[in-house]
Amino acid sequence: MQVKEFKIKWGMVIDIDKCTGCGACMVGCQVENNIAPMTKKDPYNYVQALTKDRSEASDKLMTLTWMNVYELSNGKTFPEHETAYLPRPCMQCGNPACVPVCPVVATDKNEEGGIVSQVYPRCIGCRYCMAACPYHARYFNWWDPLWPEGMDKGLSPAASVRPRGVVEKCNFCHSRYLDAKNKARQDGEDPMNLADGAYNTACADICPTKAITFGDLNNPEHAVHDLAKGKHAFRLIEKMGLDPQVYYTSEREWVRKQGDNYNADGGGH
Amino acid sequence: MDSKLFPEGTQRCGFGQWLIWMAFLVGVFLWGFYAAVLVLYNGIGTTGLDNYFGFGAWITFDLAVIALGAGAFFTGLLKYILKIKQLEKIINLTVIVGFCCYAGAMLVLVLDVGQPARAWFGYWHPNVHSMLTEVIFCITCYLTVLIIEFVPLVLEQKQLNKIPFVHALAHNMHVNMALFAGIGAFLSTFHQGSLGGMYGVLIGRPFAFREGFFIWPWTFFLFVLSAVGSGPVFTVLVATLMEKITGKKLVDWKTKSLMGKIAGTMLCVYMFFKILDTWAWATGYLPTVGLTFDDMFYGVAYGKWLLWTEIVLCGVIPAIMLVTPSIRNRPALFYTAAILDCIGVSLNRYIFTVQTIAFPSMPFDSWQVYYPNWVEYASSIMIVAFGAIVISLAYRYLPVFPLETKLNYQSGK
Repeated sequence: MQVKEFKIKWGMVIDIDKCTGCGACMVGCQVENNIAPMTKKDPYNYVQALTKDRSEASDKLMTLTWMNVYELSNGKTFPEHETAYLPRPCMQCGNPACVPVCPVVATDKNEEGGIVSQVYPRCIGCRYCMAACPYHARYFNWWDPLWPEGMDKGLSPAASVRPRGVVEKCNFCHSRYLDAKNKARQDGEDPMNLADGAYNTACADICPTKAITFGDLNNPEHAVHDLAKGKHAFRLIEKMGLDPQVYYTSEREWVRKQGDNYNADGGGH
Repeated sequence: MDSKLFPEGTQRCGFGQWLIWMAFLVGVFLWGFYAAVLVLYNGIGTTGLDNYFGFGAWITFDLAVIALGAGAFFTGLLKYILKIKQLEKIINLTVIVGFCCYAGAMLVLVLDVGQPARAWFGYWHPNVHSMLTEVIFCITCYLTVLIIEFVPLVLEQKQLNKIPFVHALAHNMHVNMALFAGIGAFLSTFHQGSLGGMYGVLIGRPFAFREGFFIWPWTFFLFVLSAVGSGPVFTVLVATLMEKITGKKLVDWKTKSLMGKIAGTMLCVYMFFKILDTWAWATGYLPTVGLTFDDMFYGVAYGKWLLWTEIVLCGVIPAIMLVTPSIRNRPALFYTAAILDCIGVSLNRYIFTVQTIAFPSMPFDSWQVYYPNWVEYASSIMIVAFGAIVISLAYRYLPVFPLETKLNYQSGK
C-alpha cells in the first residue's frame, strides 16, 4: 500500500468516552461550511411535482452531513446495556480509497498537511469516490442548495457553496487553515509551524465536552501527537490499510472492538 | 410504399404494419425520454439513489449492456483479424447491436453523472491512475469505431449505393475494416477490463477488492472474459428474436452454432478463473481484513443464492451446454443456455455494483437495501427502445443479413 507522507499531518483524536452524542459538532460543521439544510419544497422548481419531493432532513441517506455521529451499542440488554457515540468526519486517509479512483483529479492529497481536497468546479458527479469510501464520508448534492429565507444572510464568505451534482466532503475546515497561516504570516511566525490550537476545526471548537482534539500528528508539541499514540487509541477499519488520520480513543474494550472487523483471524492487510 | 428502399431481393411487411410497430417503440422511448428530461431538470435526487448507493440501476444497466455488446468487438476480431469467414454471416448484426449497446450506455451515463456538461473533463483533466478514466477514453473512442464500422452498412443501402462515390467509399471502408476491427478489439478489451478494474481497486470495499497482476486486479481479466463469453450469444439471441418477429430465417444454424461454440469456450475459461478467484478471495483475502465469506451475504436481497445462481446456474451449466456439440445443436437447449449465460453476466454486474456498496464496511454500520425507482427503470427501458428502433430501421432498409435471400426466397436451390 502506498501511503502519502507529509511533514505536517493534520489529524484528529476523538475521545469516545467523552462524547455525549449531542450533535454540536454536526451543527458546527454545517454552519462553518455553508452546508445547505434539506428542504422538502422547492419554490423555484415548477416540475418538481412530476417526480418526487426533495429529500427532507429526516432522510439520513440524502442529507449532507460531513460530520456524522454514529451510535454504538455493546449489544447487551439492560442493565448491562451501554451505548457510545462515534463522530465521523472525513478520515483524510494516508492511502485514500477515493483519490486514485477520481477520473478527473477533482480530489487529491498533495498539499502540505495531508488533507484530502475536493475541487467542486472540476467534479463531474460520477460518485465513484463515494462508492470507494468505506467510511461514507463523501456526500453528493442531490438537489440545488436552497436556504430558507433569511438564513442565506448567515452564510460564511470563507466557504464556497456547492451546486447540484457534485460530491463534497469534510476538509478539516480548510478555510480556517488558510486563516491560521495568514495570521501567522502577519504575526511574523512560521506558517508551516503553527502552534497547537492556532488552527482548529469547527467541530473541535464547538464540542462542549472537548472530546475532539485537533492538531499536527507529526508535531510533538501538539496534543494529538501523543494522544494518537495512546494505549487506547485506534483507527476505524485499520486492517483495510487506508491509514486514516483520524484516531479514536476509548477505555472500553467493546468500543475499541467495534473499530475493526475481527470475524476472521487475520494479521492485517 | 417504401419498397424501393428495401435491400436487394428481400420482402418486408406493409408500411402501415411497420408504422404501428415503430409507433409502439417510439411511445416506449418517449416515456423514458420524459423520465430522462425530469432527471436532467430536477437532478438525480429524483432517483432511488442516495449517499449509501451512489451507484445503482443505471451503472448495472450500463455494465450489463456493455458486456452484452461485446459480441461486436470479439466477433470483429475473429472475423477480420483471425479470418474466420463463417462469421461474416452475422458480423453486420454484431456491429449494430454493439453500436446500440454502447450508444445506449453513453446516453445513460449522461443522466448518471451529476454534471453532464462537464463529461469532457475526463479528457481535459485525466487522472491516469483511475480505471474510470480508461473507461471514459475507451468507450468514447470505441463508440466512434463502431460508428465507423456501421457507416459502410448504411452506405450499402440500395438507393444510396447507386451513387458512384458512395459505392466506392463503402468499398474502400470495407477494405480497411480490419484496421478498425483491430482498434476496436484493443479499445474494447481494455475498457471491458477497466470496468472490472473499477471494482477490483476499491481498497475499502472488501466485497469487490482483489489483488492481481501488475496494475490490474483480477476483476479486470474476469470482466473481459465474461463479456466475450456472453456477447456472441447475445447477438444470436437478438437475431433469433428478429426471426421470431419477422417470421424469416436470417442467420443459418451453422453460424449460430459457431457463435455459441465461441461464447461457450470463453465462458468455460471464465468460469475456471471465476471459481478460482472466488475461492482465493474467500480463503485468502477476506481473513486478512477480519472478515469471513459468510459476512459478505445478507438476507434474501444479498443472499448466497445470488452467487450460486451466477456461478452454477448461469455460469457452469450454460458453459457445459454450449461446448457440448450434442446439446448446442439442439435449438431449444442452445437458446436456454444462451439466455442463462446473458442473465449470468448481467447478474454479475449487478452484484459487483450493488452488493459491493451494500456491504457495511464499518462494523457498527448496517446493510442497506437499494430499490431503483420509476425514473431509473423508464430511462433504462428508453435505451432498449432506442436499440429496437435502430435495429428495426437497419433491418428494414439495410442489407444486414447476407443470407436472408438465400434462406427465405431461394430455398431448395
